[in-house]
This record gives sequence, structure tokens and C-alpha cells, in this order.
Amino acid sequence: MVRALYGSRLRSQASFRLSFLADLGGQALIVAVEFLELWVILSQVGVLGGMTLPQVAVVYGLGALAFGIADLLLGEVDGLSPMIRSGKLETLLVRPVPMLLQISSLDLSLRRLGRILVGLAMYVVALGLAGFSPTPTLLLLAVLAPLAGAGIFSALLTMAGAMQFWLIEGREFANAFTYGGNYVATTPGAVFALPMRAFFTFVIPATLVAYAPTLALLHLPGPALIPGWAGWMGLPTAILAWVLAALLWRAGIRHYTGAGG
Amino acid sequence: MSQHDTPDTPAPTTAEPAVLLEGLRRDYRVRTAAPGERRRRSRIVRAVDRLDLTVARGEAVGFVGANGAGKSTTIKMMTGILQPTAGGVRVLGREPVPERRRLAREIGVVFGQRSQLWWDLPLRESYRILAAMHRMSEAAREARLERLVEGLDLAPFLDRPVRQLSLGQRMRGEVAAALLHSPALVILDEPTIGLDMISKEGLRRFLREDRAERGTTLFLTTHDMGDVERLCERIVVVSEGNVAYDGALERFRDHLGAPRELIVDLAEPRDRLELPERAELAAVEAEGIRHRIRFRGSELTVPALLSRIGEQAEVADLSLAEPAIEDLVREIYGRRP
Repeated sequence: MVRALYGSRLRSQASFRLSFLADLGGQALIVAVEFLELWVILSQVGVLGGMTLPQVAVVYGLGALAFGIADLLLGEVDGLSPMIRSGKLETLLVRPVPMLLQISSLDLSLRRLGRILVGLAMYVVALGLAGFSPTPTLLLLAVLAPLAGAGIFSALLTMAGAMQFWLIEGREFANAFTYGGNYVATTPGAVFALPMRAFFTFVIPATLVAYAPTLALLHLPGPALIPGWAGWMGLPTAILAWVLAALLWRAGIRHYTGAGG
Repeated sequence: MSQHDTPDTPAPTTAEPAVLLEGLRRDYRVRTAAPGERRRRSRIVRAVDRLDLTVARGEAVGFVGANGAGKSTTIKMMTGILQPTAGGVRVLGREPVPERRRLAREIGVVFGQRSQLWWDLPLRESYRILAAMHRMSEAAREARLERLVEGLDLAPFLDRPVRQLSLGQRMRGEVAAALLHSPALVILDEPTIGLDMISKEGLRRFLREDRAERGTTLFLTTHDMGDVERLCERIVVVSEGNVAYDGALERFRDHLGAPRELIVDLAEPRDRLELPERAELAAVEAEGIRHRIRFRGSELTVPALLSRIGEQAEVADLSLAEPAIEDLVREIYGRRP
């Protein structure tokens, strides 16, 4: 069944080849331009948050990769408000399939692959330039980090979607955390003042997506609140975030149906 | 995934009625700000109020009422989209909200105003996805689809993306989507809204055929009395969240010769018109230009009425309204002892 759901999306997008390629290129361009911004800053100051350009590129590539995967799978969930308002949600509720799976497959946009591809390329190349010396443990971390990061972001996206069961106009509010989290994740965490760093580590775990793993991968000393071993906290954080996201989502559906909770 | 679903609760016996609503109630909390007030007040609106209804398996029920009478809310509670505030609801022996997804396998729902098809995919593709959701085997899907394509005449546009379909074509597609998994209960919420006469008739004909073949229970809400007359044996009229009338369609028609309404616009305004005995003035609008006259088709003909009016004033324009559900409801209350 999952194959039928996702397969149909792939086929539909294959039928608009030109617009698909344009979207794909556009997404890749966005990532590149965003990175250019960091590059401009670095060309002036040389070091950003204690990191050189290749090191910043690792953070950026890893963050973009993780966000790209999450956005590909659950990027539509934050569009829940219009679905509630238009009544589309009701048609999903009368089908025998979990709602998150339906929403996820509803508009799986392959153009989001653009972000993933650029992020992946940047991540791999920058690791090489930054002098990554792989040991088996670090290699495992290098592979695990984007997946754990995707887990964290997809949980954040789900929570942002779930909030819209209560806040019908909550999309912008929720996006502040998801897209804001993406911005933080692709930036060396040390540049933020301590309270903000704490917020984006312990409340919205964005620094754990890319910054903390990069510190561990490249044996860099971390700033206050983000020690070296924090690089390994991505996966447990992702699991914890998903437990919270699932609870919030369930509560959201219960609220919507008026079943209390 | 396995084709045979093994539900973790026993399948309810077919002895239970298709729909059982007992003292059903649903309140909404509505927040409004009075002008000049900063705080919004919250008040409770009772959309459905102590509604009792039993629909036996295989019955076809027309569930009619004015806008805001509680029809949609009742359907939402029957399909598990809304939890009742109080009272009981059982559909095919199941509790809709806790058993929503399991119930979804056994019911087919058409929301006339919202599509359940994938708008950018060929129509055929939507059925493939829905069949997968219902875990139908390929053979079962193809057999059922063949029947639906033939009965609803879908063949000419089966490979066209849904966004390119006309409203009539899309509605036929929607009905096929709801019937694909051969549900025991079919719930249609305004299935013919916005359709032309020919599309309406085609749709009604197939719904009758399919019901005759499979013994489906049909639950239909509509504004269109024609839907009820062609599809249902029983009519339930709801008003203010409560059952105002429940009985066989035959009796309903005899019982209430529903009034029609003639709307005449006069060339010159007049305070009142002298009307024949069996017609009554319902309203005078637009400062005497527009007159709404209510009469019964069995007692008075339109030409007779018009010639009487023509004697008194020049008629600039006119239109004839068939009995509205609102009037039927008013009629019902008027006749209550």
C-alpha cells in the first residue's frame, strides 16, 4: 500500500518533466545562495563561531541534507491549516489509513531532492577539505548524523503541523520553529549568544542536527553548553522528539474530532 | 500487506442496525465579539439535539433539512470525524470515533463539496491508490472497477487527470471512489449539488442499480427533493438538530402537498394584490415591486393565478420556486397538534 501511495506521486511528477527540472534547479540554487551568504561573511572575518570556511561548509551541508530529507517526507504537514479550513482533512479521516502517512504521500515533492543533493555534495566535499580523518566510529557518526537530523526536523515539522489543530492560523508561528530551526542548524552554533544557543539546543534541538556532530567529526572544541559528545545526541534526541511529536499529533486529532484530550 | 484483514475486535454481527443514533447531541463553542467589546464572548450552539434514528440494513434514507439543521454534523458523528457531546452513535455495530479507521473499510462516503480524488493524477490512478488503501486484491479491484466504469460511464475520461474533468464527470468519479470497496453503508452528502439534470439522473440510476445488486444501506443528505424521490423509500426531516418528520416517502408526499411559490415583479409598486382564495401572500419586497405568493399546485394552477394578477397590475418578471425544504419543515410544525 505504501508503494502505491508514493508511487503514484512519483508518476504524477514525472509527467511534468520540464517544471520538475526547473523546480529541482531552483531548490538547488536556494541552497547555494544561502551558503554564499555565509561565504561572504567568512571572506571578511576569516572565522565564524570558531570555524573556518570548510568547517562551516560541513555544518551547512549537513544541516541542509537533514532538513531536505525531512522536508521531502513530511514537508506537507505544516500545510494542515488550509486542509482543515477547506475540509480536505475530513476526506482523509474517512479512509482506513493513518493520517500522517496520507499527508506525507499527498504531495511528496521530488523537487525537494535539489536541497538534498546539494547538501549531500557539500557535506562530503567539505568533510574532505576540512581534514576529516575517518575512524570506524566517526564514519558511523558521519552517516548517522544526517539521518538523526532528518528525524529531528521531521518531528519538528509534525509538531508544527499538530499545533495547527489548535491554532488555525498557526502556520507562520510554527514555521518560525521549523524553518528557523533550519537556519540555526546550518550555522555554527557558537555565533549565537548563550540564551539563544541554549534554546536551540535544549528546546528546539537545531544545534544537535549539524553543529554538534561537526564538532565531534572534526575534533573541535565546543562552546559552552555544547560539549564534544553532544555530537552523538542526535539520535536519542530524534527519538525523544518523535515520541513528543506522535503524542502531540494524536492529541491534535482527538482535539479536532472533539474527543477531548 | 495481507489481503485478509484480521481486525482486533470481532466483526459486529449483521443483526445490528446500519445506523443507530440515540439521544445524539453535539454542541459547538462559538466565539463572537460584539461591536465595541474587546473580549470575545463564547456561547454554545447546539447543532444536534437529542436526535434518535435507527436505520435498518438495506434501507435507503433521505436525510433532509435546511442549512444549519444539523445534517452535516450528524454525518460527521456517524463517520467518526466528530465525537458526540452526548448520546450514542453506532454505525454497522461500531463506535465511529474510536473505531474510525476500521469503520472506514465498511462505509463509503461522498462529500459533494470536497473531492477525495487526486486532482493531478488520471482518474484511474485514484482508484488504484484507494484500492491499495482498502487492501483490495488486483483481481477484486479490476472486477469492481469494471462494473463502476460501465455503470457510471467513466470510460471516456478514465485516463484524464481529475483537474480536467467537468463537475458532472468528477462527481461520477467521486461516487465510484466511494463505492470501490463495496461498502455496506454508503453515505452521500449532497451528491448532486451543482449537477445538470442529465448528470443527476445518470448518477441516481446507478445508485439504485448498485443498491439493488448488493443490498447496500444508503444514507443521503440533500437539498434536492428529486434525489430523495428517486433514491429513497424513507425520509427523515431534521430541523434545529432534531427529527421533525420520519416516515415512508409515499406518506410524506400525500401528507403534505408542499406549497410552491410564485415570485412576481411588478412594473409599478403596489401595496397588495387581490389573490384567489387558495393563494396567500408570503411577502412583499422591494417597496411593493416584488410579491411572493404561496399556493398549492393541486388546488390552483399558475395560469389561473397569473391571469388574476394580470387583471390588477402589469407583471415585469416572474419566477416559480419549487417547495423548499424549509417550507416542508414549517409545514410539518404547522400540522403538529
